[in-house]
Formats: sequence, structure tokens, C-alpha cells
Amino acid sequence: MIKRSFFGFTTPRIQYLPMPGQVTTPAPLKRPDNVTLLVPCPAGDVDDKLVQIGDHVKSGQKISLTSAPGAYGIASLSGTLSAIDRFPGEAGREYTAVTITAAEAETLDNAFEDRSEPTLENAAAFLACAPGAPSFEPFTEPDKPIHTIIVNGMDQDLLVMTAQYTLAFRMADIQAGIKFLKAVTGVENIVLATPRDAMHGYGEIGASVMTMDATYPSGLPKLIAQKVLEKEIPNGKSFQDMGVCFFTAEAVASIGRAFSDRQIPFEKTITFIDKQGNRSLISARIGTPIADILKEYQVSLEEKDRIIIGGPMTGHSIFSTQYPVQPFTDAILLQDHGDIALTSDYPCINCGDCVRMCPARIQVNLLVRFLEAGFYEEAAEAYDLSACLECGICSYVCVSKIPIFQYIRLAKHELGRVASEETATEEATDE
Amino acid sequence: MNSQKKLIVSHAPFLHIGSGITERNLHIIYAALPALLLGGLFRFGIPAIGVVCLSVSTAMLWELLMNRAMKRPVSVGDGNAALIGLLLAMLLPATAPWWLVITGTFVAIVIGKQIFGGIGGNAFNPVALSVAILMVSWKDYFDFNGMLMNYDPDFIMAYPLATLKNFGVSGIEQYSISDFLLGRQSGGIGATFGIGLLLGGAYLIMRGFIRWEISIAYLAGVFVTALLFNLTDPTRYADPFFHIFTGYTLIGAFFLATEDSSSPVNFIPMLIYGAAGGLMTILIRNIGAYIDGTVLAILVINLINPLLDKIRPKAMGKVV
Repeated sequence: MIKRSFFGFTTPRIQYLPMPGQVTTPAPLKRPDNVTLLVPCPAGDVDDKLVQIGDHVKSGQKISLTSAPGAYGIASLSGTLSAIDRFPGEAGREYTAVTITAAEAETLDNAFEDRSEPTLENAAAFLACAPGAPSFEPFTEPDKPIHTIIVNGMDQDLLVMTAQYTLAFRMADIQAGIKFLKAVTGVENIVLATPRDAMHGYGEIGASVMTMDATYPSGLPKLIAQKVLEKEIPNGKSFQDMGVCFFTAEAVASIGRAFSDRQIPFEKTITFIDKQGNRSLISARIGTPIADILKEYQVSLEEKDRIIIGGPMTGHSIFSTQYPVQPFTDAILLQDHGDIALTSDYPCINCGDCVRMCPARIQVNLLVRFLEAGFYEEAAEAYDLSACLECGICSYVCVSKIPIFQYIRLAKHELGRVASEETATEEATDE
Repeated sequence: MNSQKKLIVSHAPFLHIGSGITERNLHIIYAALPALLLGGLFRFGIPAIGVVCLSVSTAMLWELLMNRAMKRPVSVGDGNAALIGLLLAMLLPATAPWWLVITGTFVAIVIGKQIFGGIGGNAFNPVALSVAILMVSWKDYFDFNGMLMNYDPDFIMAYPLATLKNFGVSGIEQYSISDFLLGRQSGGIGATFGIGLLLGGAYLIMRGFIRWEISIAYLAGVFVTALLFNLTDPTRYADPFFHIFTGYTLIGAFFLATEDSSSPVNFIPMLIYGAAGGLMTILIRNIGAYIDGTVLAILVINLINPLLDKIRPKAMGKVV
């Protein structure tokens, strides 16, 4: 899709693709026969007293799986719970998949109507599964207060246009969302990060606007946060440590819509990119299986094709078309088996393309030698593993087609696992 | 679910810029062709064709044998062995005996490259290493005056650098830079045609297959050092242009010093690396024992490359 230019003496600039002019509103998908909600809690913890197969649910109803505050999903379809299964997510994360089979009639739940005062408690209790997945967890830590909220109007990847659409067509919702965010969190300093070529003149929206460069990866949260804070975030410090917190533009629009309409929204805007690279916007209920979208668009999948959730640089590929749309699913990208760029096990030839392109100024050519050998601690100590922004550019430009990004993720995951095991052992010995 | 078609699952990113090692090596070979065909094969005829063919084929053969012996995937197809064979032939005299060529490719591929683990692992440029070892072992075969004695073209067939070494600046007054540029000089098969090498180098730089900083810094290093020598004593030391267009300077600047694995990738290290190479080349030529120090100078800068890697920008968010 995006190939090296003939001239190679300057570093290539990877541009975010702007939204085509003819896009207006996303095409709504027809009502699915069943939806699957992925709730972030292990299936073993599910409390039978709270939820059981056969329960009837209404659209917008909160389904709590355990007594923990975050372990809930919002039904996006009226019907009956038909299955509650274990669902292994990426990097060892455990989810519980709750499947709802549609009933004939659509009925709306009104529990949120009584709780639609814009307070932090209500927002955290009902909106975590709204489109855009707004997280209110950062506001629950009193010793690390948030002083700046960044509304991310940049799409997280190339080709994606969900955020651009939200900025262009749902500004009223965003404006309302910003108002409610201030009321809910008490944070007055809100910054809206937008692409440089987005339309301007938003008027009074209650937030300061900051334009970002149109070159990938300028829309990654860490780069936006550094631009807003006007300083580099030291490695090992989280956004929470720095007092900033992110909401996507769509999440803020969802907050705005929820508190104005007193209904929890569950229609997710998704950029759908077909095998030919044509992009369209669709609006699907959260939990809709991807198979439904493919059927609607009459896409025929062949053996060894690839379905990618998220964009081409940072997304993840899935193995089944039954995978549901999630609150943070901004894009679905299809690749034909003939177009798939495969990785190789060739060694690094030290051409330096990755080093010249790395936005975090990491010596990738040195780092990858340690990662390939499994020396993760050395990689972290001496070769700046933790500075990686996870943009994927190194793998994208690699002449040897080394899966550098995968090595980096694996190394970070392993180091994190070892660290958490060590803390667990320490705590065990302390007791 | 089981009746479904199987999908490919892999890690991000799902796009690739489309570059590849084979493509890269092929284009370096293309870039070497003008100097090789017009400057070498046309000038030196059948013996040169023999050396080039033998060198490329035995280099690939050594690569294949090493792949087999080390039980590694066959890597002949990536073009790197062919490139090494080609560059080695370009440095040899047209009348090099067959055993010298085969020994040369053995040293380059086996000792210079495969022992370090193959492509990307070599600390030294395999071609420079091989030529250096051959030059030290059988120095008569690198005496271009002796080797190319039977050629009698319409230009001065005395090897310019040897003339400079033996007769001083007064001896080289008969040469002209335009002859050097047009390939009307004695030397290695592919190292005589200045315009061809400059074109090849420009192509590689333009397409981004080599790092321009190294070539430019190398040539600047040669120029400045030669100029300083020349300024101190114009009767003993040749002018910088003479040094740039004779011997292995141009092929060294564009094809040898820029070899990926043995050269640095950051801006300042590349400049130091290149400039040090130019400096060493002229030091060896002007006050050293060897007639042409290019390959030795390149081995020396290969040696300082790991040290230069320590000069690097501070990573984002790094707290010192």
C-alpha cells in the first residue's frame, strides 16, 4: 500500500491519510442476531448471583459479572444471555465473553436515566463501555492528581478516520462532553489535539486546541502529551504520574451524548478498509461479530487472508470472524493473502533505516541484537527498550523484514511479567 | 467455527515499505556495472571477464558450501555473495591467476563473512579484508605495472600511485585528471573508470542504498588530508585530485567503506568514520610503506566502528 519512494536519501515521511471529502455519516449496520461483550475479568470469577445464562436484558442495561466496579458490560442488544465463556485476549489477558441473542423487540433500559447526574461515580459506573471506552480510573488515585485532560482527536493509526469523522461531524457532542468532563472530574484544563489539516474555527468549545503534525506517529498519546506538557516524559513515568489523562474524541462525544440524552450510547463508529484499500465508515453496535460486517459488505474471505483490528501499524490480527466489535475498535482492515508482507528470520544487516526513522531516537540496530538473543534486561538497561513508543515504524522499514516491533513487545511483556512475579514473591516472603 | 477458512495471524505492523536485501544487493551490483563494463571489461578484455566470472561464481559457491557446512538456510539468493565476488574482482588486476581469485573469494566469504555468522555479522568489510590479506601474502600480484605489462594502450600504462611512490610529484606530471575520469589509467579491473564509479556512487546515494554521509566524509577526508600534505611540500606530495581519482579511492568511498554491517549508522559517527578513512588512506599513501592504503584504511575504520556506535543521541525520555 505505502511503498518506498524511488529516491531514498531522505527519510520517508509516513502521512496520516485525511478523510475523503465525500464521507458524510457512517452507514448503520442492520440489527445483529447476537452480540458478544468482552468484559475484563476472568471467567472463573463470574458471580452466578449477579448474572446467569437465560437472563433477559434490555439495550443499554448494565451487566455486572462480579462485585468489582469495573467488571461490567453494557448490553447493546435486547435479548437473552445465551453464553458466558472464557475468552483469552492478547498477551495473556483474560476476558469473559457474554453473548446476547436478540429478542424480537428492542427495549431500552432506563437505569442510567436515574443516575444521569454528571458525577464521577455515575460516569465510572456506566460509561466505561461506551464507544471510545472512556476510562475514569485515573481520577480515583488521590495521590496522583490529574491536572490536564487531553482529548485525542488524532487517529491512532494510518488509514483510520474514526477520530477525524468525530471531529468533523460530532463537534456538538464533543462540546457537551467537554462540559460534562469538567463537571465530572473537576479538571479545568482540557486540551483538544487535532490533525493540522482538520477544519478550524470550532468556536468556544471549552478546551484549548492544539494541532499536531500530519506525519505518523505524531498522533501517539506519548507524543501528544509531550507536546502539551512541553517536556519529555521520563521513561518509566506513566501519564498518571505526569498528571495527564487521555480520552479519545469519540469517548468524549459518547460522554456528551450519554449525559444529554440520559441514555448510554452503544453504536461504535468504525473505519472499514476493504482488500482494495477502499475506506468507508460504518456504525455498528458494540459486540457485533465481525462476520456480520463482512456479510453486509459482501466480502469473501479466502484462506490465509488477514483481518486486522485497528490500523496497519499498531493493530492486531484476529483468527476468527466471530471476534466482536469492542468499545475501542476504531478500524477493521482486511488484507488479501497476496498482499501480506511476511517477516523473515534474516539477521540485521545494520543498514540504519530504523535508526533514522525512530521517533524515540532508539538505536534499534543495537537493540534488536539483544532482543533476538533474549537479553531483555540488558536491552532495557543499556539500549533504551523502555523509550519505545510502539509505533511499528522500525519493522515497517526493516530491509531484513525482522519483526522488531514484536520483539520489543515481547521483551516488554516478559520484563513486566518477571517484575510482577518478583513483587509477588517479595510480598509472600514479607508475610 | 471450525469450518471457517484459516486466517493469517501475525504481529503488527501489517505493511512493509517494500525494501529487501536481495533488491539492495542487486542495485549495488547495478551501480558497479558502468565502472566494471566500460572501465574494466572493455579495457582489459577476455582476461578480465575471466577474473570477474570466476570471482562471482566461486564467491557464491563458497557461500553455498558454508551454508551447507553450517547447516544454515541457503543464502546465495540474497545476492550478497555475488556482490562480494564482483567487488573483489573489481579490485584485482585483470591478469590475476585463477588460484588468487579463488583464495580471495575464500577469504572474503569464509573468513570475512561466514565465520562471523553470515550477512550482517561481519566486523570487517569482507572484500577489503580479502584484498588486504592477498596484498600482504602475494604482493607481486598487486603490482599493477608488472601484472598489466602486456597491455599497450594509447595512454600511460604505468600505475599512477606506483609512479608517485617511486618518482615523486615530478613523475606524475604526465598524468591528467581527465584520463583518470575516462578510465585511461592502470589499476584494478573496476577501479579505473572515474566517471563510472562516480555515476554508480551517485545512483546508490540517490536511491538510499548507501549512506551518503560516509562516502562524502571519506572523500572529504582524502581531499583535506592530501591538501594539507600538498600545501606543506608540493614537491613531495601530490595534489588532492590526483589521490581522489587514482587507486581504489573512488571504489573505496562508494562501495567498500559504505558496507552496511561494518559501518556506523548515526550522523556524527558516519562523518568521523568516513573522514578517518580518508585520513588513513592518505597517511598510508604518503608516509606509509604501501602504494595504496585504501583497503587497509577501511579495515582500520571498520575496527573503530563499535567505538563510534557509542556516540549516539539520547533516547526520548531517558534520564541520565
